[in-house]
Amino acid sequence: MASDYLDHNATTALDVRVLAAMQPYLHGAVGNPSSVHRYGREARAAIDQAREQVAALLGVRATQVIFTSGGTEANNLALQGVAASWSTPGRVIIGSTEHPSVIQPGLALQRRGWGVDELAVDDNGRPCMEHLAALLRDDTRLVSVMMANNETGVITDMAAVSAVMKEHAAVLHCDAVQALGKMDVKFTATGVRMMSLSAHKINGPGGVGALVLDRAVQIQPLLQGGGQEFGLRAGSENIAAIVGFGRAAELLADEWPDRHRHMLGLRQQLEQQLLEQLPGVVIFGHQAERLPNTVFFAVPMIDGETLVMALDEDGFAVASGSACSSSKNTPSHVLLAMGVDAGLARCAVRVSLGSDNEAGDVDRFVGSLKRQVNKLANMAALAW
Amino acid sequence: MVKLPIYLDNAATTSVDPRVAEKMMACLTADGVFGNPASRSHSFGWQADEAVAVARQQVADLVNADPKEIVWTSGATESDNLAIKGVAHFYQKKGRHIITCKTEHKAVLDTCRQLEREGFDVTYLDPEPNGLLDLDKLQAAMRDDTILVSIMHVNNEIGVIQDIAAIGEMTRARGILFHVDAAQSAGKVAIDLQKLKVDLMSFSAHKIYGPKGIGALYVRRKPRVRIESQIHGGGHERGMRSGTLATHQIVGMGEAFRIAGEEMEADNARILQLRNRLWNSLKDIEEVYLNGDLEHRVAGNLNVSFNYVEGESLVMALKNLAVSSGSACTSASLEPSYVLRSLGRNDELAHSSIRFSIGRFTTVEEIDYTIDAVRNSIGRLRELSPLWEMYQEGIDLNSVQWAAH
Repeated sequence: MASDYLDHNATTALDVRVLAAMQPYLHGAVGNPSSVHRYGREARAAIDQAREQVAALLGVRATQVIFTSGGTEANNLALQGVAASWSTPGRVIIGSTEHPSVIQPGLALQRRGWGVDELAVDDNGRPCMEHLAALLRDDTRLVSVMMANNETGVITDMAAVSAVMKEHAAVLHCDAVQALGKMDVKFTATGVRMMSLSAHKINGPGGVGALVLDRAVQIQPLLQGGGQEFGLRAGSENIAAIVGFGRAAELLADEWPDRHRHMLGLRQQLEQQLLEQLPGVVIFGHQAERLPNTVFFAVPMIDGETLVMALDEDGFAVASGSACSSSKNTPSHVLLAMGVDAGLARCAVRVSLGSDNEAGDVDRFVGSLKRQVNKLANMAALAW
Repeated sequence: MVKLPIYLDNAATTSVDPRVAEKMMACLTADGVFGNPASRSHSFGWQADEAVAVARQQVADLVNADPKEIVWTSGATESDNLAIKGVAHFYQKKGRHIITCKTEHKAVLDTCRQLEREGFDVTYLDPEPNGLLDLDKLQAAMRDDTILVSIMHVNNEIGVIQDIAAIGEMTRARGILFHVDAAQSAGKVAIDLQKLKVDLMSFSAHKIYGPKGIGALYVRRKPRVRIESQIHGGGHERGMRSGTLATHQIVGMGEAFRIAGEEMEADNARILQLRNRLWNSLKDIEEVYLNGDLEHRVAGNLNVSFNYVEGESLVMALKNLAVSSGSACTSASLEPSYVLRSLGRNDELAHSSIRFSIGRFTTVEEIDYTIDAVRNSIGRLRELSPLWEMYQEGIDLNSVQWAAH
């Protein structure tokens, strides 16, 4: 049976047009961009073009784009790189619903003597601006707040965050991995000074991401070696993936805002059907502005893990949380930070739509969901 | 007729084997295995996870390791960083001294420099003139606070093979961890990690006909080696390296390592014949120097200095050959090769060096074209060279007092 993929926040399939752009670099004679002979120069030119394409999407200069192996490395480079530029430890502020690739580097800094302050969110998952203002101290070096949450899709008002920080010297970093492709992300408009991106969330290839930054930010590389990426990221460049990232960025710019409109229509359809057809359903962050593709919901008393497995048997790929943590059986830290009861958090299911989904997929998904929920509710009743 | 320029830079990077590319294509688009291997809740994720497991086994098989000992990284540079910083940060209470060699790759040397800034003490050993380490000097450098020795298996510029079996015996006896950068040796030299007393080993895919952007670090389990993660996040790779796994690249690396295991012997025999053909036709040119030991050397590498030829003009003259040079104009830095300098070569010889690195897809016709091109260019350039003329007249150039301008 053909499966319906509704887990686009975990990863997306590569666009065939992106594959076409990557093809010449996936096989055949491709040089090392550090070599000066023709093969090397051609590889260098391909990377330069991709850098321009990503820069154009974000509205920055090409020299502001540092390619990395993905969003996780970009987040690590931002946090560890800024910290390493200071000779003495200071403090960082990290949103409580951040991705593990921001929280964990924060904890690593804590082990090196840095102070980490957790920025609270309201019960719709939005960072609390008053709390941010209260947390900012003289020795706060960096603030990291995500543009959109991977689980709930809740969007942060980055302009408001940067307004609070206006008088402060701390560097504002933003994990925009989930926002790109679903929001109109423009670097300058957000007021941030560093931004992490990933290609595989926008129908580009895995294994490549970027840190976009204001080059005045003091930052040290995470990986030492050959001095690639303006000395900020060593290692032979992943040419095929970088070319794919560039093309995916270009396609995204071309097809905006059609992709947004399409996904938003599907999300509204899905939410309407959920609320109408599943009594008691809870949509997390419902009052907040959210990504056009993400619905994180719970059917009370129905275990999320069990439900997504049942849905998989019906051919629907959804998640019970983020892919990174879905091997652990703990309730979502994002929901707990929003004040959601742990029992309800265990019922959470995430649907993340893509521009390749259609209205019929949503209808059939809701049909399957109702069937499986009834089945599981009956089993629970029998067990009772 | 051969296709120009001829690619003889396989130590810099190799072209992806078509068999590898085919496997990678199957893990990208919606009709393939495109899922996130960390997605545990649906078949897209499980299929990707399975593909990653197969590749992990393939990489482990080539070096006779356990798949649980293989940690995926973005390439050998990251592997080197992770191994060296990972050990240094984990074991710093035990000691803060590290030993390496001056001819290591920048990924090792620059990482060691970083650790020096953090307060670690690093000994950079000089190689012998043939590029090999004198193990007595290594022994003498070991101290009670030495926690790590990092020595590459095969050198990227001169191709010499270090005796990592012997070094492993020495480090193990002293309770010192041993890291080996095997980016240039995996798939070209037999590696048996059941026998070698190596604790950590860095691998790259794109040096053996796999994709760029993927590598691995071997981390021994028995006796257990601990490292501190450098990229933190979702806890992938047993907590040693976080980040969504790039399935297509991993699958490509696995296939490249599988093919290397099957074809290494035949490839090496053929490549060695080509290298011998090349060297035998160049070595009788006057004032030609082979850089690095000829015997303890990987099959595909030939690094030669042509005395009394100006480095940059040599590269220009050989523009139909995609080769690497020790000359300033071919690299981002303006320094002549630090590897050749470490062997005791003077600046002139370092500048006039050419690295020919022969690979799986090099043909005998390409080698013959190369021989003609090099012989003709050297002859022509020397005819124009006043230094060559003076040398021919028996003037000792080192004794010449050059006029200042």
